[in-house]
Amino acid sequence: MTIGTDDGLATYNFAYLDEQTKRMIRRAILKGIAIPGYQVPFASREMPMPYGWGTGGVQVTASIIGPDDVLKVIDQGADDTTNAVSIRAFFAKVADVETTTETAKASIIQTRHRIPEEKLKDGQILVYQVPIPEPLRFLEPRETETRKMHALAEYGLMHVKLYEDIAKNGHIATTYAYPVKVEDRYVMDPSPTPKFDNPKMHMSDALQLFGAGREKRIYAVPPHTKVVSLDFEDYPFEIQTFEEPCAMCGAQGVYLDEVILDDRGGRMFVCSDTDYCEKRREDGHRGHLAGDAMEAAE
Amino acid sequence: MAVTGQVVEGGFGDPVFASQSVFRAVMDAMARPGTVQAIATDAMPPAPLNAAAAAVVLALADSDTPLWLDAELAKSEAVRGWLAFHTGAPLAGTPSDAVFALAANPAAVPPLTGFALGTQEYPDRSTTLIVQVESLTGGPVLTLTGPGIETTQAIAPRPLPGHFEVQWREINGLYPRGLDLILAAPDAVICLPRTARIGNEEL
Ligand SMILES: [Zn+2]
Repeated sequence: MTIGTDDGLATYNFAYLDEQTKRMIRRAILKGIAIPGYQVPFASREMPMPYGWGTGGVQVTASIIGPDDVLKVIDQGADDTTNAVSIRAFFAKVADVETTTETAKASIIQTRHRIPEEKLKDGQILVYQVPIPEPLRFLEPRETETRKMHALAEYGLMHVKLYEDIAKNGHIATTYAYPVKVEDRYVMDPSPTPKFDNPKMHMSDALQLFGAGREKRIYAVPPHTKVVSLDFEDYPFEIQTFEEPCAMCGAQGVYLDEVILDDRGGRMFVCSDTDYCEKRREDGHRGHLAGDAMEAAE
Repeated sequence: MAVTGQVVEGGFGDPVFASQSVFRAVMDAMARPGTVQAIATDAMPPAPLNAAAAAVVLALADSDTPLWLDAELAKSEAVRGWLAFHTGAPLAGTPSDAVFALAANPAAVPPLTGFALGTQEYPDRSTTLIVQVESLTGGPVLTLTGPGIETTQAIAPRPLPGHFEVQWREINGLYPRGLDLILAAPDAVICLPRTARIGNEEL
């Protein structure tokens, strides 16, 4: 797929969206920040890419971005997937902004599925692409009912679901989109990030904005805000752990992806955050397969 | 009403980039309650509208957002004409109909609970109240806590609406309903989203 063909974007406004749409989205963002974890409805616009490509996140980014911003886009932790590259190219074209793959250099980071390993700083903004913003949707399909549950902070159903998980599996089996409670009030879907990343949302120095294009919702978590993963006293929330360090950079305590090396069952675990892994290798860190993997790549 | 020079002049020179930069300042202010965010603007509204308050309204209001004006602003034909020309926002008949409310005289701000406070289902359907103040410093010190504030944040704007602390606690008690406040000195703003608490009590 190509986005940003000259034909399709012949007469776009700065950052693609028209000013009235930006104002509407900006107002929704401000209310989202004022009511952390609450899903603000907004009139999502068609974007020159399919919904699955993160049009909600793209609209949020388009509404906040200015000429001085530096944009990073990640997909599953990587800067170089087709989706990430396309969105980065889109904004480089329609907003003429500088882009980067380095977490520390970015003022805005748009993400699908991961939070960078490097601790985010005051002044940075993390924009999540959200497919399904409603954490109660799989338990209650009716919007009128889920809205009532949020209104009354009636979240028993969610606890029942997690407890059924425990009854069936002996532990909470949910590993992605693990529900959180924001400032002791709203239960929120952190988007399909691994639960490994949930603790990074808690008391973050960065502002976190969430955009769901198809479902027309925007929500937010201000910096220094409580974000607590739902759990039970006897089954406390736990993040995934990995038995071995990253095979490339030797990092521990980071989220690893399994990579198949050959057709004989060879495999390794490497950082899902490609920028983090590269930085560590530049700094001289080596995992146990770093040499081999480099040869294999050549 | 005649379109006079005073109505047409004084808007953003470059609306696209001015709106973006003013919005970002307000977003930062809302995300970090109590921090002073500079509003650098070329907007030159007719008195008694101040530049920062005017820039916020220019950046965020339009034909979809009923705007309420306090008596001091409403009585100025120049102000009404300028806001109508540059935003297209219809005037709200009562504070409870306002998406944005603009007050030039803090002492005469109506009771905060009289503005739109949203519903339990849709707490976002609530007024953003912009109150012009002389200064964001030099007033009685208030200590803020809440989301967006790492420990505490001291503010000292002056002057504030009457019985402000009592009124604000009442707003806090309605959460998630409520309203969000922007205090606008001529060149900077402080925001108090409804989550901001005055005093050191736990949220
Ligand atoms: Zn690594």
